[in-house]
Amino acid sequence: MASAHPNDIEFRSVTKAYGAVTAVRNINLAVPKGSFLALLGPSGCGKTTCLRMIGGFEQPSEGSVLIDGREMNGVPAYRRPVNMVFQHYALFPHFNVEQNVAYGLKQMRPRIDAREIDRRVQEALSMVRLDGFGKRRTHEMSGGQQQRVALARAIVNRPSVLLLDEPLAALDKKLRSAMQIELQTLQRELGITFVLVTHDQEEALSMADQVCVMSAGRIRQLGSPQEVYDRPADLFVADFVGKINRLNGRLEPGGQMLRLADGTALATSGEHSLPAGPVIAALRPEAIRLSRQETGPNGLRGTVTHRIFLGSGVEYAVTVAGLGDFLVTADRGQGSEADLAAPGDAVTLSFDPAAVHLFSPSEAA
Amino acid sequence: MVITQEFRKKLVTLALIGPAGLWLFVFLVLPFIAILVFAFGKRAPEGGYQAAFTIEQFANLGSRAAAFVNTLMLAPAGAIACLLIAYPVAYYLAVKAHPRHRLLLVSLVVVPFWTSLLVRTYAWMYLLGARGIPHLLELIGIENVRLINTPGAVLLGIVYGYLPLMIMPIYVSLEKLDRRLLEASADLGARPVSTFFGITVPLSLPGVMTGMALVTILLLGEYLIPQLLGGGKVFFIGNALVDLFLQSRNWPFGSAIAVTLVAVVVVVLMVAMRIAWRFAGTRQVDLV
Ligand SMILES: Nc1ncnc2c1ncn2[C@@H]1O[C@H](COP(=O)(O)OP(=O)(O)OP(=O)(O)O)[C@@H](O)[C@H]1O
Ligand SMILES: [Mg+2]
Repeated sequence: MASAHPNDIEFRSVTKAYGAVTAVRNINLAVPKGSFLALLGPSGCGKTTCLRMIGGFEQPSEGSVLIDGREMNGVPAYRRPVNMVFQHYALFPHFNVEQNVAYGLKQMRPRIDAREIDRRVQEALSMVRLDGFGKRRTHEMSGGQQQRVALARAIVNRPSVLLLDEPLAALDKKLRSAMQIELQTLQRELGITFVLVTHDQEEALSMADQVCVMSAGRIRQLGSPQEVYDRPADLFVADFVGKINRLNGRLEPGGQMLRLADGTALATSGEHSLPAGPVIAALRPEAIRLSRQETGPNGLRGTVTHRIFLGSGVEYAVTVAGLGDFLVTADRGQGSEADLAAPGDAVTLSFDPAAVHLFSPSEAA
Repeated sequence: MVITQEFRKKLVTLALIGPAGLWLFVFLVLPFIAILVFAFGKRAPEGGYQAAFTIEQFANLGSRAAAFVNTLMLAPAGAIACLLIAYPVAYYLAVKAHPRHRLLLVSLVVVPFWTSLLVRTYAWMYLLGARGIPHLLELIGIENVRLINTPGAVLLGIVYGYLPLMIMPIYVSLEKLDRRLLEASADLGARPVSTFFGITVPLSLPGVMTGMALVTILLLGEYLIPQLLGGGKVFFIGNALVDLFLQSRNWPFGSAIAVTLVAVVVVVLMVAMRIAWRFAGTRQVDLV
């Protein structure tokens, strides 16, 4: 099955319309072999539609989907070398766990020997740490266990691509992070290409090699997790992959200086191609330094209005006269309460010029 | 007096099931007890019932073996014939038909119920009778075709009359079938035929079993169709009962036959449900 083709999946100008609704618009995308891609975006942006076109459950209205370099238009789902973990698992209720996992193997032609099927089923079950659960009925298992059955059922066929549609959405936080690690490990061990759909930005950033941020059927940015987080292509991406503070201002001629509404000037990195004029600046809460000193370079004076203790860090709401509220997250420092600013304290917020992201106001979403 | 929460709950329960319960008790349980008592009694010389305790009536069941054989052959045969015709129709309605036309098509299945079965069976009597289809056949040179008063005519009437009752439960269970399971099956490499026999059919079995049980049970007590389309020749138990109670006034023997029929129905129902539960892995019952 292995071929020299570098990409497992390719979208070429793919558009998908359901009647009057265009779910996916002119998408171009390549997923290299063995990589882990996350499709990230708000509800209804077309993530599931993309996945279903790879799986063969929907056909593109325009353009084509390629798997392993082969055009897939018109190829039915059962002939595609991909397997899917469905959002609500879609386990067969009339089969027990083993029979569910064995289902794909039993479809293979030429037939696989029954003992071989059993061996592979047990192997898949132990890979997802469900040894001994084979004879259980699927509805007698917890959500997390069912999810792992679905996973075992999908990987037992050794597909070249595994599609996962929000597989962890139904799990609690703790189980979710455990499963995230398991999925990542599994992906590395098997060397299978994973395409994961999620609307949870943390999940996408922590698990994938490549994150594809979508909105309204389009790709807004495709890049590594660091790229989309540190160098968001637009305000939508900046907002969606993390928290931001937004500031309206004017870019001074030369592009180095940002003049805010209250007249303060902030230095920017200058790594942008915006013309002088009105711009929107985005600042990540953790990129803002908060100090109780009177002044600092590139700073704004403000007053702490709230302090939220997060356990691992502290979140402050700071009001700056004339500019509004800022969200700032900071380390706990050495932990003594006296080190932390308290509501009512006057503080200075200062920024690294590189942390000030500038966007044209026309793309404000 | 304080009306407790507990008491109020019981009152509500009673109000909900009381009327139906009373109705069933008066018109089903009491008559059934009477029938049971009759079945172990004797026929009075002038007809009717005479108190006794004997199993003579049950020992005599053999004399009506023909009715039992007819019923026990034709009822399941009719149910199976209904199933073979109904499943594709139900599958088409639930899976293939365009959602916009579905309601209309499903109502078409039910439309025949707007006319009484008696009238429709009379129509068949005429169609199959000497002046109906056989007459037309004669015109094109095929002579001496007898349709009416044959087991075939009864079977035809049965399938015609009971088809909707088979279609509906199967339609319901196919309509409820989670489409994602079919996608999952295709995703795992199953061809459409394997998906149909491996997933669709097993998961629609509760509906199939409900339809089979419903139709079989009703057929076991069928009277009208064999009477009109089977003439005197194809006797069902229902016909035998009418004969015994109304003509020969042998109440105890009629009762014994009725009790035996009920026993058969209970056994059929239990076996059918067991099978359905085993295959479907749940204990849900798909009624219309
Ligand atoms: N079968 C369908 N018929 C009509 N419209 C559809 C269909 N499936 C999806 N859509 C529409 O296409 C758009 C994209 O849907 P899609 O399911 O891909 O979103 P999604 O990104 O997966 O969202 P979510 O995170 O809520 O699952 C939505 O506007 C949706 O209403
Ligand atoms: Mg979705």
